Amino acid sequence: MIKSNSGIRKTDVINRRMFIIGAAKVVVFAGIVARLFSLQINENKKYLTLSDKNRIREWKLPPTRGNIVDYFGNVIAGNLKVYQLHIIPEQVENFNYLLVRLKNLLNLSDKKISRINKLKSELKPWDSIIVSENLSWSQFVKINNYLYDLVGVKPVMTISRNYPFKDVYTHVLGYVSQPNEQEILDNETIQERFVPGMKIGKLGLEKRLENYLIGTNAIQRYEVNAYGKRINQLEHQKGQQGSKIRLTVDTEIQKACGELLNKKAGSISVMDIYTGDIIAMYSSPSYDPNLFLFGISQDEWQLIRNNPLKPLINKTLSGLYSPGSTIKPIVALSALENNIIDTKFKVKCTGKMELYGQTFHCWKEKGHGWVSLKNAMKQSCDTYFYEVSRLLGVDRLNVTAEKFGLGKKVLGNYFDNEKKGLFPNTKWKKNNLGRGWVLGETLITGIGQGYIQSTPLQLCMMTAQIANGGYAIKPKIIVDNNPISYEDAKQSMESGLLFDANSDSLLDKKLFKYKKNIKIVQEAMFSSTNERFGTSYKSRIDDPKYQFAGKTGTAQVKRISKRERELDLELEQIPYKDRDHALYVAYGPYINPRYALSIIVEHGGSGSKAAAPIAKKLFKLIIDRHELRNKQSNFERISI
Amino acid sequence: MFQHDRLNSEITLFQKIRNLDYILLIAVILLSVISVFVMYSTDGGEILFHTKNHFVKLAVFFPLMIFVALFNIKFWHNFSYIIYFIVILLLIYVSFFGIKASGSQRWMDVYLFVLQPSELMKIAIIMCLAKYYHRLKIENVNSFTSIVIVLSIILIPTIFVVSQPDLGTSILIALSGLIILWLGGVKIKYFIYSFITFLISLPFIISFLKPYQKLRILTFLDPDRDPLGAGYQIIQSKIAIGSGGLNGKGFLKGTQSYLDFLPEKHTDFIFTLFSEEFGFIGSVGLLILYSIIIFRIIRIGSISRSNFARLFCFGYAFAIFIYIVVNLSMVLGLLPIVGSPLPIMSYGGSSMLATMIGFGIVLSAKINHKQMIA
Repeated sequence: MIKSNSGIRKTDVINRRMFIIGAAKVVVFAGIVARLFSLQINENKKYLTLSDKNRIREWKLPPTRGNIVDYFGNVIAGNLKVYQLHIIPEQVENFNYLLVRLKNLLNLSDKKISRINKLKSELKPWDSIIVSENLSWSQFVKINNYLYDLVGVKPVMTISRNYPFKDVYTHVLGYVSQPNEQEILDNETIQERFVPGMKIGKLGLEKRLENYLIGTNAIQRYEVNAYGKRINQLEHQKGQQGSKIRLTVDTEIQKACGELLNKKAGSISVMDIYTGDIIAMYSSPSYDPNLFLFGISQDEWQLIRNNPLKPLINKTLSGLYSPGSTIKPIVALSALENNIIDTKFKVKCTGKMELYGQTFHCWKEKGHGWVSLKNAMKQSCDTYFYEVSRLLGVDRLNVTAEKFGLGKKVLGNYFDNEKKGLFPNTKWKKNNLGRGWVLGETLITGIGQGYIQSTPLQLCMMTAQIANGGYAIKPKIIVDNNPISYEDAKQSMESGLLFDANSDSLLDKKLFKYKKNIKIVQEAMFSSTNERFGTSYKSRIDDPKYQFAGKTGTAQVKRISKRERELDLELEQIPYKDRDHALYVAYGPYINPRYALSIIVEHGGSGSKAAAPIAKKLFKLIIDRHELRNKQSNFERISI
Repeated sequence: MFQHDRLNSEITLFQKIRNLDYILLIAVILLSVISVFVMYSTDGGEILFHTKNHFVKLAVFFPLMIFVALFNIKFWHNFSYIIYFIVILLLIYVSFFGIKASGSQRWMDVYLFVLQPSELMKIAIIMCLAKYYHRLKIENVNSFTSIVIVLSIILIPTIFVVSQPDLGTSILIALSGLIILWLGGVKIKYFIYSFITFLISLPFIISFLKPYQKLRILTFLDPDRDPLGAGYQIIQSKIAIGSGGLNGKGFLKGTQSYLDFLPEKHTDFIFTLFSEEFGFIGSVGLLILYSIIIFRIIRIGSISRSNFARLFCFGYAFAIFIYIVVNLSMVLGLLPIVGSPLPIMSYGGSSMLATMIGFGIVLSAKINHKQMIA
């Protein structure tokens, strides 16, 4: 039976069934091709994107901060190349050997070594460990010389903040340092641009202008494998440096302020009386902000923190002082404006004044005799101002004082640490101390003592607004988009209207009722400095180019006891803490005034001896710089 | 028997070689060459471990295929049952003494490579059932006894392989066996009934699955439920294939595989790499190459005079087809992930050995297509 019937039938069955299968196969293969088509042709874009997302990882590099320049374009906060040392653990053959070598080469401390070891265990082996953030050039060279022996070490050149004038601008600029977690969370821009090693503004304008200064990250794209390891670099996208910020300050004057207050605690502020530009704003003592860039050492930090002259406090903005006699121009003005007194009004000073059984002393024990406003201001007669303020009352005085900027922040929200001070009135005392105002308090308010508290910058602004003829100014430290030239500002003031850049309208910035009253006060201040027996007569400059008008002040820090009054101790004999603060406010040149200043020397003694001589030195410089400053009127626009 | 042997010896070695199916041979050689290049790519463009080993295996197994082809088809018919039992014995051996790896015990060490007997079973079961239906009278195909016998032939190795555990291979073995039942003429309604029964009992079957197997099914249904865990393989595979586009990213330029995003890229996911680098055109080309192989095997089956050869070829063609479909559906996200290699392309000695033996027997059927087997 070679070919059975059954065999043929069986073959038929097999062939028939094969045919069915074959058809099914074609359908299934077609289905697979359709699926391939849908994935590779229809959805190709989607999967290409996903594939790129897989393989491309972006690394953000720290952005370069914008420069801050002074009015003349000198960089006062810039960037500097720094040399760093990184270790890439996965490339290191013998980690311990390497650490020993580095320890010897760079004199690393044991603490540092253990920190490196800790970082090594926390980071991925291909993440670099920063061993040293700021190598000196000689260290950098040394490392490069021994590089053959230091496998896995990477010398890196990067950019870091730098303050070329060191301590000169610390209280204005603040400084940058590593942010803490909260600071990153609080600012969305920082959050978005944060990369390890990045530094942010911690204080001052560096902090306030963070979002302008920060710049954008440079981005490096790398191809990575499934484990996140970089395989090769694809492209480098350059970041944009942060905005350049131009300040109104003059480095030469700022530096001079620092020198004049050397080894003293105090503050100097200088202001353009028309534009409100802050020319200088120095708080002494200062400290070097560069110390904070790479982490300040504990010793250096303690030295700054424990300094009895309190370098960490920005005295210009946060220091609250009794204005002392520097308030007298405002008291006089207020009384004139309220028709309490006129230039002929006289008071007899016997050296003290009795009120309800309390004795109020004039600084001059023997008294000044009959004094008019001009003489009272010139010799700073306290009795006169006791009487004037008694007649005026604290509430009316308060209105004038607040008009001129006392009890209010001068720079608004530019500095976190700016204090608004206090100018009391009866309502304030009732609300805050729960007791009624006492007339005696009016008297001491009239000579700038008691509850009254002001910052040096407030006193500077107050003086500036008297100097410019009694018009409100808006002090500023940043050169903004629409800078008002001095001429425009002056002209609009004299026409009684001031152009307000913010609201695009002309505003009445007049602070007086009668212009002659301002003039009277100005003349009184002039005589105080430039006429015989004036309290700052010794500090006058006769050359009309530099001639200035001012008012001294001596603020008591403690109540003077009867015994002390009788002793009349020399400054050196009084403990430092108990010495009076010396104050001086002034403006100049007297003809066509341009600048106002306030000087405070903490525990410096009397204003005429400790503060006014500083003004004499400073005014020469300020007025000599005036021409140069004027030439700078054309400047590039910075949008902020 | 003696007479047959004499008849057989009339075909000389030269004639045998001349009678080989050259289209099939060229297609297999082409596939082998492609597979070496793809393996070279999985090694990151270097001749490393996988490329070398793959090449060595091809160099050994390709001559083995010719060697198998030189035996008369009748010889393979005669030894079908014995081969089946030997493989069953090997399966029993590995279930006791096998090498364990990644949670399953399915390998044994032979000198050249690590042998996976379940892969050999894919061929042995086709041989065994082809012989059974070859000898079975057409009237008895649907008899109770024969159905019980063929089901046992399928179930015994399937159960061994499932218990290894190796679900993928056991499914392929069962499907390879079932196709012979279909070709042999088992009533269509039986298939329909069992399919319905299978569907009804599916929930119970699933409840018997191991947790990781359940997870694979869940992942198949929704790969994004755990994109970095269970769904990772299929998501990355789809990204690789999809990003290949029309022309592919180019040889050695498949970023997904080069950067290690692809899992199992040497073995089960080899097509993913191929498709990423050669795109839609390359993938369809590869499918056409496979289709040619399948078509040639079917053709050889249809010119064979013996039903054993016919059944074997048709069955083997279907098996190859099923391997491809299961593997591609898996990498394309059409089926849950079950371990199943792509014939010739995937790295793995046992799979290649079984495939080459299969081709060898098909070629033997071609050489001896006029041979009749009583």
